[in-house]
Amino acid sequence: MSDLAALGETPEYLFWVGCAGAFDERYQKVTRAFVRLLHHAGVSYAVLGTEETCTGDPARRAGDEMTFQMQALTVIETLKAYNVKKIITCCPHCFNIFKNEYPDLGGQYEVTHHSQFLRMLVEEGRIKADPAVFSDKTIVFHDPCYLGRGNGEYESPRAVIAALRALTAEMPRNRSKALCCGAGGAQMFKEAEPGNKEVNTERTEEALATGARIVATACPFCMTMLSDGIKFKDKQEEVKNYDIAELLAMSLGL
Amino acid sequence: MTKQIIFTVALLITLGIFAFTIRRIYKFFTLTKPFSISNWGKRVSLMMKVAIGQTKIFRFPVIGLVHALVFWGFMVITLGSIEMVIDGLSGLERSMAFTGWFYDVVMASGDIMAYVIMLSMLLFLGRRLFISVRRFSGIEMQKKSKLDALAALGIIFMLMVSLAGINLTYVQMHPGGYEGVYPLSAALAPVLFGQGRDLFVLHEVSWWLHILLIFAFANILPYSKHFHVFTSVPNVLLSRLEPLGQLPNMESVANEVRMMMNPETAFAPTPEGQAAPARFGVKDVEDVTWKNYLDSLACTECGRCTSVCPANITGKKLSPRKIFVDLRARMKEKGPGLLKDLSFDDGKSLVRGFISAEELWACTTCNACAQECPININHPTLIIDMRRYLVMEEATMPPSIASMLQNIQNNGAPWQYPAEDRMKWAEGL
Repeated sequence: MSDLAALGETPEYLFWVGCAGAFDERYQKVTRAFVRLLHHAGVSYAVLGTEETCTGDPARRAGDEMTFQMQALTVIETLKAYNVKKIITCCPHCFNIFKNEYPDLGGQYEVTHHSQFLRMLVEEGRIKADPAVFSDKTIVFHDPCYLGRGNGEYESPRAVIAALRALTAEMPRNRSKALCCGAGGAQMFKEAEPGNKEVNTERTEEALATGARIVATACPFCMTMLSDGIKFKDKQEEVKNYDIAELLAMSLGL
Repeated sequence: MTKQIIFTVALLITLGIFAFTIRRIYKFFTLTKPFSISNWGKRVSLMMKVAIGQTKIFRFPVIGLVHALVFWGFMVITLGSIEMVIDGLSGLERSMAFTGWFYDVVMASGDIMAYVIMLSMLLFLGRRLFISVRRFSGIEMQKKSKLDALAALGIIFMLMVSLAGINLTYVQMHPGGYEGVYPLSAALAPVLFGQGRDLFVLHEVSWWLHILLIFAFANILPYSKHFHVFTSVPNVLLSRLEPLGQLPNMESVANEVRMMMNPETAFAPTPEGQAAPARFGVKDVEDVTWKNYLDSLACTECGRCTSVCPANITGKKLSPRKIFVDLRARMKEKGPGLLKDLSFDDGKSLVRGFISAEELWACTTCNACAQECPININHPTLIIDMRRYLVMEEATMPPSIASMLQNIQNNGAPWQYPAEDRMKWAEGL
């Protein structure tokens, strides 16, 4: 972003990478896949790079409103400096907080989740998936809570998967009835309370029971939880966990 | 005339007790915090859809349909009850019959629904007594809650038996013609009674039993989970309209943060007249909004929320239903003391006393509970408000949460990675 600003250019979109997209080894691959798609479709975008910082979402959900608001005001100042109007992000938690909660603190943006953005690129014909790549694979999609119930977006990720022309399966608990992966509400950063099972195991079992060989997600935390769940069930050889952006990039050979 | 006098006295007693109860509950509301309401157009359409149309109850399709039939049945039968009150006060009989076809429609549907509800009550009672439905159990489901449910079902069953009694005897006593249409009762009456029996006493007994049960029920409801009969429609009307993912902003914190971030005010003393907020987050009943409290009064303990809660499903202590059962119980315990003296303190509190930190930390804020609630109760916002109390007032939290917060404060990410590494993903692209 700062490089473009130095050249006097303003990109149309800010791609908000998010902490998981920047630091989580597995999710870095999703970030890479997504920017390859953006390049492929010729989207005008930039990232904040080292100027990016946490939106404050996990702090707010952990009850630390003070830390959240300090982060939020910092982010809002940075975005103001670059005159950011449109944000795309792969993280439903960042998406939700920008879209719904930053306006209360004076940050108004047009916010798009990458599932919605990729759907748009596909529907506009700017990305054409090769139907041969996944034609014999079955994909099951896990709804991230902050995309689905949190913001009512159930169909965009499914539309992206549909563009792959793969076989699809649904878990019994899908869309508004989907079971959480177990990571939301700052759970990602703590041990679970005592119980008789981990939430991600419960959800992974449901995904595995569909017989699908690809479990698709659209959230960094869901990815961690389901990948762990698949490993816990010792199915990592047969069943793979991918983000929808990776699947689309793979179908294009990117 | 005697009948009119007895009826009037009974009605006045009923209204008197009811007014007393409602006034008491209203006073509890005055102890709560504000919650702003706007956008009435959207609210009314939401109420028509979710409350009157029963759309969310159908998420459990079979039992949901039975509930919806009972609800719609009650709506038409209530019109008949209003007529009974007018009849009782005026000494008239079937005083609304002059409305013609409208009367016929209301009476006919009320007659059919009386039998539908009667059968539904038997189904509900049988399910509660003989089938183990998982969501009807849980630590918050004490014996009292179970008796409460059975009592309400029993009373409604008797209400319908007496209503059917009124209709059956009425049609049979007037072979030459009567006001209104009663398809099922007209078909059943000859089979049940035969010709020439004097049904006057049975008719009177049914009539009085029905109306007195209504009067009694109306006054039992506010003390039972079935207060839901009165509170759930308003509760839907006053729903939170924001997307489920959105948490309410804390203005009190925003003011402090703005002052801290502004160099001119950062070290200045708090301006005069701008008192520090009493408390961050929710510790006890006086910290909740009136909408939280209304949610607790509207909850009928159906347990749909708990049955879809990922924490509860996997054996954690959290049960979203319990949060509202506890809130209601705590208000009942502390409210009277607070009304006498706003600084009343019984040494207990909602958080920790009723709801443990362990329950609060088990929530994933996935919103499955709020999505499932047939009357739009919002559990996660209240749970987060209680976490806000734990973190900002008590500074107690799981150690890993403390390090996550520290990481955000120190290096702007929930993990311990420096900002300089934020572009590592792009290496080799």
